[in-house]
Amino acid sequence: MEITTRSLWTLIHGMGFGALYLMACSGAIVELYRRYCTHNPAQPTERDEASLRVYLAIMAALAWLAAITGSYIIYPWYRAKPPAGTTDLTAYPRYLLLSSPHTSAWHNIGMEWKEYIAWIAPIAITMAAVVVLQYGRRLKDHPALRNTVVCFVWASLLAAGVAGFFGAMLNKNAPVEGGDTIHIVRGETK
Amino acid sequence: MNTTTSLPNGPGAAAVLAAGIGSFALGLLAVLADKITWIKSCMNFSNPTGPLSGVTTCAIFVWLAAWAILQMRWRGREVRFAFIGATALVLLALGMLLTFPPLADLL
Repeated sequence: MEITTRSLWTLIHGMGFGALYLMACSGAIVELYRRYCTHNPAQPTERDEASLRVYLAIMAALAWLAAITGSYIIYPWYRAKPPAGTTDLTAYPRYLLLSSPHTSAWHNIGMEWKEYIAWIAPIAITMAAVVVLQYGRRLKDHPALRNTVVCFVWASLLAAGVAGFFGAMLNKNAPVEGGDTIHIVRGETK
Repeated sequence: MNTTTSLPNGPGAAAVLAAGIGSFALGLLAVLADKITWIKSCMNFSNPTGPLSGVTTCAIFVWLAAWAILQMRWRGREVRFAFIGATALVLLALGMLLTFPPLADLL
């Protein structure tokens, strides 16, 4: 069992930061709505509030890490230009996808959309985290503000979902491979 | 302890509107970098990442600058949140739409 360093980074970016962020989004939406809903007579406790603040801060960190590793570590490998005369494009995913009409839209729509929309997630969730940090239980007094913050978290879920879906499909059609090989487990041949 | 001091909606409105402005700036810059060659080359802050590096850096700068300015203006104030919140959501939606390549190609 072995993995290349580029595959490992892709895993860290997609499964580590991105997928964890996507999973955390639903929790944030439910908690923001439930805790600060004007129909809920119970006041959130300080401990409850502290946990939501930490939760949102971790989400913001995950979103930034996903966007930064994607754009500055994996994307340069993805868009690397092959030397003239290269016929085997497997190490050049962008050019591999564009070489066939059956796969070119994965780049022209998928990657072109993913590379930008993914950055809306950290902007939206950082804003949500700061608002919750500032207002805490006082968000109950500002239902319109709370609803708008929840809309931004929904938008960040959509943005991260688009990025995650196309990331998975791009990696399926033209995986980012290469670099050193890391041996995880040495198997037996039969 | 259930008692809390009230906090005006100004700082929250500043954060929300700035996030909308930042999202819109991202979409707009993405389209401009795609359509206009000199903007594309200006946005090439880092060669390995290409114009994406400049577009995202500039959008983040716009977002943070807008946030700082609005925060200074609205700190300690009550503002018309209905209008500001709606504007922020429209900007967010436009920003997201502008990042969608088939739509951006129509412009």
